[in-house]
Amino acid sequence: MGIKWDEFFITGDPLILGSQIAILLTMIGAVAAITYLKKWKYLWTEWLTTVDHKKIGIMYIISAVLMFFRGGMDGLLMKAQTARPEMEFLNSQHYNEIFTTHGVIMILFMAMPFLIGLMNVVIPLQIGARDVAFPQLNALSFWLFFSGAMLFNISFVIGGSPDAGWTSYFPLAGKEFSPGIGNNFYAVALQIAGIGTLMTGINFIVTILKMRTKGMTLMKMPMFTWTTFVTSILIVAAFPIFTVALALMTFDRLYGTHFFTVSGGGMDMLWANLFWLWGHPEVYIVALPAFGIFSEVIATFSRKSLFGYKSMVFSILGIALLSMVVWVHHFYTMGSGPAVNSFFSITTMAIAIPTGVKMFNWLFTMRKGRIKITSAMLWALAFVPCFVIGGVTGVMLAMGAADYQYHNTLFLVAHFHYVLIPGVVFAVFAGLYYWWPKMFGFMLNEKIGKWHFWLFVIGFNVTFMPMFFLGLNGAVRRAYTYSAESGFAPLFMLSAIGSIILAAGFAVFCYNIYWSIRYADRNISSDPWDARTLEWSTASPVQFYNFAKLPEVKSLDPFWHMKKKNEGLTLFDSEIEEIHMPSNSWLPIYMGVIFGIAGFLLVFEWHIAAAVAAIGIFAGLIIRSFDYNEGFHVKKDEIHRIENAWRKTEGEVHDHVS
Amino acid sequence: MSAKVDTSLPLEYQTEQDRMNILGFWVFLGAEIVLFATLFGVYGVLYERYAGGPTHKDIFVIKDVMIQTVLLLTSSFTMGIAIFEMRRHNLKGLITWLVITLALGAGFLFMEINEFIHYAHEGATMQTSAFLSSLFVLLGTHGAHVTLGIGWATMVIIQLLKRGLTPTTARKTFIIGLYWHFLDVVWIFIFTFVYLKGLVA
Amino acid sequence: MEHHQSKSFPISHVIGFVVSLVLTFGAAGIALKTNLSFKVIMWIIGSLAVIQAGMQLFMFMHLREGEDGKTNLVNMIYAVFMVIVIVVGSIWVLTSGHAAH
Repeated sequence: MGIKWDEFFITGDPLILGSQIAILLTMIGAVAAITYLKKWKYLWTEWLTTVDHKKIGIMYIISAVLMFFRGGMDGLLMKAQTARPEMEFLNSQHYNEIFTTHGVIMILFMAMPFLIGLMNVVIPLQIGARDVAFPQLNALSFWLFFSGAMLFNISFVIGGSPDAGWTSYFPLAGKEFSPGIGNNFYAVALQIAGIGTLMTGINFIVTILKMRTKGMTLMKMPMFTWTTFVTSILIVAAFPIFTVALALMTFDRLYGTHFFTVSGGGMDMLWANLFWLWGHPEVYIVALPAFGIFSEVIATFSRKSLFGYKSMVFSILGIALLSMVVWVHHFYTMGSGPAVNSFFSITTMAIAIPTGVKMFNWLFTMRKGRIKITSAMLWALAFVPCFVIGGVTGVMLAMGAADYQYHNTLFLVAHFHYVLIPGVVFAVFAGLYYWWPKMFGFMLNEKIGKWHFWLFVIGFNVTFMPMFFLGLNGAVRRAYTYSAESGFAPLFMLSAIGSIILAAGFAVFCYNIYWSIRYADRNISSDPWDARTLEWSTASPVQFYNFAKLPEVKSLDPFWHMKKKNEGLTLFDSEIEEIHMPSNSWLPIYMGVIFGIAGFLLVFEWHIAAAVAAIGIFAGLIIRSFDYNEGFHVKKDEIHRIENAWRKTEGEVHDHVS
Repeated sequence: MSAKVDTSLPLEYQTEQDRMNILGFWVFLGAEIVLFATLFGVYGVLYERYAGGPTHKDIFVIKDVMIQTVLLLTSSFTMGIAIFEMRRHNLKGLITWLVITLALGAGFLFMEINEFIHYAHEGATMQTSAFLSSLFVLLGTHGAHVTLGIGWATMVIIQLLKRGLTPTTARKTFIIGLYWHFLDVVWIFIFTFVYLKGLVA
Repeated sequence: MEHHQSKSFPISHVIGFVVSLVLTFGAAGIALKTNLSFKVIMWIIGSLAVIQAGMQLFMFMHLREGEDGKTNLVNMIYAVFMVIVIVVGSIWVLTSGHAAH
């Protein structure tokens, strides 16, 4: 169907040829290594077919780190291209592809899975549950996300990358102006990943509503649980809009409909409207769990209860509600008229109020606290000023009339990086340093962690601060070069230098993971931070059934109070009962693979082949319907053995805070 | 996850896992509402953009629409009766009413496919205009849901025949019942805001 | 819901069905056989649709049944909020100002 085989692989660009070779070698290397180490069976039974929320969470995090690398490389390439005026490192088409994939990957395949990964690991533990409500669905969510991410990523070596921006505005993204298949990858890959995300949202809503342990009322939930809950609601409310928008895009591109086209009565602005109806809540979908992480980290390392718990909850709910009615601020300049623009200016500025409330809550939590400066806490401390810069420039952009000046300049780009990097990336780093010992039973090195922190934060500011001023001087976003006469050169150069420091920070982070896996002390306590919530009341790494005896909650910060009053910490033999757990399943990964294949064929517009592959999807659904596997019971003596092992040899903490 | 069974409740609510599944499905229906709302919004924006092609009045046939509506409405009622019979532990009654429901659903689907063929003969296809693109995708999404519902309910009937009424099969039946009623709810709005609105003088 | 089990005639379902039919044909009659203005007709048949949908939710789907009845209600109210935001919002944004042209 119009796709030529000789265009299947992208050829002619040395950068891409290098990547193709690197990908091939990595794949061969991975297969060879697993075969040599005889790890296929282990991989299959312990990871690929697992329904354990902790392992699924870890797989999400690993994917997210890989995607961070990919998205970061895109960012570095952009910075290299714009470091000097009139550079010819990347051509304009290549630059278009790079900024498109950078945006999509960083938001949908880095920020989202990183946070969902942490949610997966932590939430069931925080609410005292043994898994999520639908463990197999959870695995399916992961594999659909992974399938979508892989499909999106192969676009740059097979078929061509999407190149219409991460927002893929019509008419540019339509068949008329983007005849290649690059934008098909966008429509199909994001659709597959989006379905997975929607199911995650449903799963976590039900988990949090129905599986909280005895005594944990809604207003006794830890803040990360609260933000995850509200984020899940936002996912369920917003992702179906994206599902429809992408489906309509697919129809326009593949089947000649006229939703967003210029001809046939279509309306290009309708795409922008639908995209941002989803896209703005999406910003809060990634920001809210991050706020939750900071709340946990700040409370723990200030050794105080979170200040203003109730106001925190209500401001989260307020943000969730308001975030649904601000979407037009992304396209004031399309000209919806003064009434529309005024309405959305006001709602947008109103969001600053609950966000401000939260800021003060964090500051007051730290006030008079006995603050411990750990790596996790450093990220939380740096978040406050950096995020405020992002937030305040957001209020500037919120004014419809003023936005005509800022729109599509680097000022906007600087603004959203100042929101998303402190608001999400700092948070996932904080969360990773904080929960790492819970996931793996050893800590990330604090000293290397501080190198990571300082390089990253300094690099971040040096990269993006100049972009505010470039934008105010009129430098537009998404332009692959600029003239020497513009006078932009020094600030662009500064920004490029910053990006190298930023990248060095990321490299140190990777080195920290490597170093800690090799050398970190394994003999640590299950509660190395002297923390406050239930996840710290069980073993590290957590045993597969999470809790031998489900804890009982009487107040906020339950584990803190259990430690203070010394109750509920010991386990008597008489309290051990058989535990029911779900069985592993091959179906989720099967569904991920088959969705990936069907999606790939659809991208290439091979409709019949795609339809045949889709039969495999229905087969999977039918098999699932007839699957009556009830799971299995963990026997008492096995629980006994596992519990004795960690309770008797409770390690000492060696220099966990330098 | 606990296998505790509370026999004072209707079968489908007896275990915690069943209650979670039912709640989860309600949340999913919330997502479905948003999905259809988006399609209605798109239709609401594009519904007068005929691009020189046929308009509502050129293609809609009110008699067929009324038959479709009555078929789906009745099937929603018979699905309700099926669940009612399930609560009385009457397996035979349950299956009978389920089969009647699916027959009515299939009748609806048959009418809808005919309707699409009729439109195509009138020169009204998905590619003709923005109005028709949004009409076909809205109706088609609903029709695809009905098709999926028929296939899914068939699976459930097979399981009922094989296993009889257990908490699990009862829960599955209850959930497909919710889904079926929901499709009728969507149709009410399609009937009102697509067909009737298009035909108002 | 306990007393439902003993009942041998599904009275609420039958009432719901009859009312649904009346509302459906009533809406059709108002839309097609009267000379009211477009706006008035849309308000009337729109309201009838909302009433009928509500009936399905409460009488057929037993929205408020079980221990999660309240949650279901909140869920539906939020869904209605989303519907209004998406449908009314999109139409408003896209049919005013320059966007209309």
